Amino acid sequence: MHKTLPLVTLLFTLLLTGCSSGDIDAQGGPVAMRRLTPEQYRNAIEDTFGSNIKVEGRFEPGSRRAGLNAVGSSLVAVTPSGFEQYEALSRNIARQLVSPELRGTALPCQPQSENAADDSCAAMIVRTFGRPLLRRPLTEEEVSVRTRSAAEVTNARRDFYAGVELIVISLLVAPDFLFRVETAEPDPQAEQANRLLLTNLSLASRLSYFLWNRSPDEQLLSAAEHGELTDTEGLARQVDRMLASDQLRGGVRAFFEDLFLFDAFEDLGKDVARYPLYNARMAEDAREQTLRFVVDQLVTRQGDYRDLYTSREMPMTRSLGPLYGVPVHAQEGWETMVFPPDHPRAGLLSQASFSMLHAHPGRSSPTLRGVFMREALLCQTIPEAPADVDFSQFAQDAEAVHKTARDRLKVHATKSSCKKCHRLTDPIGLGLERFDGIGKFRTTENGATIDTNGDFDGRKFADAAGLGEAFAENPVVGACLVENLYRYAVGREQANTERRLLKHLEGRFEELGYQVPALMREIALSEGFRTASRPKENT
Amino acid sequence: MSHFHIQRKLNRRGFLRGTLHGVAVSVALPFLDVFLNTNGDALAASGAPLPRRFGTWFFGCGMNPARWTPTTEGENWEMTPELEPVASVRHRINIISGFSVLLNGEANQVHRTGVFGTLCGGAPKAADTVEGPTLDVLISDQIGTRTRFRSLEMAATGSSRHSTSLRNVNSVNPAEPSPLSLYTRIFGPGFADPNAAEFVPDPQIMLRKSALSIVGEDRKRLEKLLGHADRARLDQYFSSLRQLEQQLELQLQKPPPLEACYVPKAPGETVTDTEIGNVIKNHALMSDTLALALACDQTRVFNMLFSNRASSLRMPGSADTHHTLTHEEPRDPKLGYQPRATVFVQKSMEAWAHFVKTLDAVPEGDGTLLDNCLVMAHSETSEANSHSVMGLPIMIAGNAGGRVKTGLHVSGIGDSTSRIGLTMQQAMGLNIGSWGTDQNETNRPITEILT
Repeated sequence: MHKTLPLVTLLFTLLLTGCSSGDIDAQGGPVAMRRLTPEQYRNAIEDTFGSNIKVEGRFEPGSRRAGLNAVGSSLVAVTPSGFEQYEALSRNIARQLVSPELRGTALPCQPQSENAADDSCAAMIVRTFGRPLLRRPLTEEEVSVRTRSAAEVTNARRDFYAGVELIVISLLVAPDFLFRVETAEPDPQAEQANRLLLTNLSLASRLSYFLWNRSPDEQLLSAAEHGELTDTEGLARQVDRMLASDQLRGGVRAFFEDLFLFDAFEDLGKDVARYPLYNARMAEDAREQTLRFVVDQLVTRQGDYRDLYTSREMPMTRSLGPLYGVPVHAQEGWETMVFPPDHPRAGLLSQASFSMLHAHPGRSSPTLRGVFMREALLCQTIPEAPADVDFSQFAQDAEAVHKTARDRLKVHATKSSCKKCHRLTDPIGLGLERFDGIGKFRTTENGATIDTNGDFDGRKFADAAGLGEAFAENPVVGACLVENLYRYAVGREQANTERRLLKHLEGRFEELGYQVPALMREIALSEGFRTASRPKENT
Repeated sequence: MSHFHIQRKLNRRGFLRGTLHGVAVSVALPFLDVFLNTNGDALAASGAPLPRRFGTWFFGCGMNPARWTPTTEGENWEMTPELEPVASVRHRINIISGFSVLLNGEANQVHRTGVFGTLCGGAPKAADTVEGPTLDVLISDQIGTRTRFRSLEMAATGSSRHSTSLRNVNSVNPAEPSPLSLYTRIFGPGFADPNAAEFVPDPQIMLRKSALSIVGEDRKRLEKLLGHADRARLDQYFSSLRQLEQQLELQLQKPPPLEACYVPKAPGETVTDTEIGNVIKNHALMSDTLALALACDQTRVFNMLFSNRASSLRMPGSADTHHTLTHEEPRDPKLGYQPRATVFVQKSMEAWAHFVKTLDAVPEGDGTLLDNCLVMAHSETSEANSHSVMGLPIMIAGNAGGRVKTGLHVSGIGDSTSRIGLTMQQAMGLNIGSWGTDQNETNRPITEILT
């Protein structure tokens, strides 16, 4: 049973006030065929086969579009090498499942004899595993083809479990396991023929991956099978049940991992001579720290999204202690650290995960940090540097002369071709300069004092904490989160027919006190989320 | 008569049943020199000629044109400071200078246009698009379908994202990120030593094939549900599935013996990052493994990446990367170039020479593996400081089984790099007369290097 959070009561109260987003007329863009992310794959294995099964192997990298792997997941294919890896994973999982230690408990039935085919047990295995993996009931044909092939293999090998391996592999390499294939059908009540409704099963998957980052559970699946998601009440019942579950934490976490570009931690490397403190464990903990911080603030406390930028409470581990310059008492695990009001650490932007990711291997980068803040947190586009930049002015700008990044970047602010973009990125990036390339606090660079004063779209700040406050006050920050969360939910960029809805959702987010789970509810119940248009056909 | 012929005479059903039980189906004859015909270029065992292979070798952030480009053309081109590291292999490679990606009115997208312009035959039109496929994919469609791997991608920088090989922008072939992962993929489970005395097909293969064929039946049902773009993605999924079926098919048969093939020693775990010492080490280990993968005919197409575009290479203890140095390091007034950035040019050329030597060190037929390879080394830019895509540094190693001669410097004087791509395809036996798009379209191969 999932733990019920008090959140659900609050949501009902909120539903009664203000205009629900479900009333805003909107039509979603085309349905998507989304490749599972590695995390979603792991979750599916855990949900289907239990947590004893290890998923060991690599996945081919995702592709980020419109800032999100979730949008890229609707565009990427499976390469030959990617397929090879999926198939290797499937064999490894099948092998574990039929191992003498697990077969007794992990399989839904035992064969009459271990050396002979048992069609009814095999069929039960296909149905039991196929349903959660394919997120729908299997057709008789899908069951019988697998049962038949399993019997052939069993007869040839005199081993029932070889047949089970075949069944499991065939499900784990199936295109509609590896891809979530959404379908829609004409809306019987719509005036325009082009307006489609997601089928109940597709809506169930979309909902479940959005809120939990996993496949629909049995309750949701059976509600979908009975067509209960077609009416708003039925849908809301499921949405509220899911929002009240502990699994919501995984859903919120997955969204922020994507938004914060945390897949880049896989390739993160730092120069150990420049940063002797740095190690892989520290990077892992820095990443985890931010995700815990976010989930704790947004889900556990049902807090205000904007407070992420100012909160002085941060989860800490022993390996992060030296980086943050604080004593950590817990030998293992996490403890909460509350920084005093005059301390430089306040909010997301001061956390080591961001400092590390948006930096070079051997130094910080105000520009990279600025680009991240503008693009991911403010939904602005920073173009690539033009190819024909005259870099000759950097020639005299050696670190010996210009000791701080602010001095070295001055040319960005004076030269007109640079200024266009760098006036957006550098001033806010320089606000974080007291955090070095791994996020350790410093006050000087090459012996010169680091000046973190700046201006964020008309609001002055003195340091990272001040920049965090400026972020918390800027209405674009909330609006951008709405946009990103919506794109994440539907796996594509918003359509023109969703503009009004987006605008409305931005207003609702404010009315709802910037609570992210409440915003998720609004999105899940909106017209854009459950309707679709026909795909563009270029024939 | 070899067991290869014996095997083909086996009743298929009986053979398959045999493999399901894991029974050895044949015993090899000892390897004999008579496998080569009198020209030394064919395998008598199967009657097939030695395979020809194509590969690319990529290094990021280019070179200094004035220090790299030879001033004289032809056979006895005059050595230059930045080509000095390749002096020992100069007779095994061609220097191809002066060729450019013609922009055709498109913006020069920094660190993208040069590489994808060269590999795809036209300047990419927007930041998120590439008109694939890349050259290696075009060639692997022709010569890569009968080997275990259609192609192998590897990155000495430790990131599977560092790949230049793609069918289209949504289907980028990921790179093997470490020597160990590359080795395991090739010589780990599923590898059948062509020279082994005994051949025992893995009983799991039939099971795996059977699982894949079940999935094949989903195709029609799904196609009906999908729009145009998603149907193309589904097609791609099924081509990838077919590639694996192909692999499995091959694993059911005793591979024909290959004189040059042996199983190399497994590399251990190594540190994979962009620190230059680690990159050089990982590149060398990957090169060793790749050379044997080619000798064992596991693939005929490869893409080796020494450093990524906008090179992240770095010296230990340095605040800078190769890329940031190319933009920020002052040009030494006396030397006339950026000395610290240029160290990475030197390291890249050394690594390329090492790579060429590695392929040349594997005996094959009456020559070496390199004789039967064609490898194009390239970068995304010439002078990285200005992101120039004019006069890109390109080198071609190997003789493509006698179709290409080496030891020359050819200057393109502003011609499109598509001429190089066209030459590569023709040398690899593709039947095409012209290649490239818009301004980059050409029907003129570089005849100077063709035999």
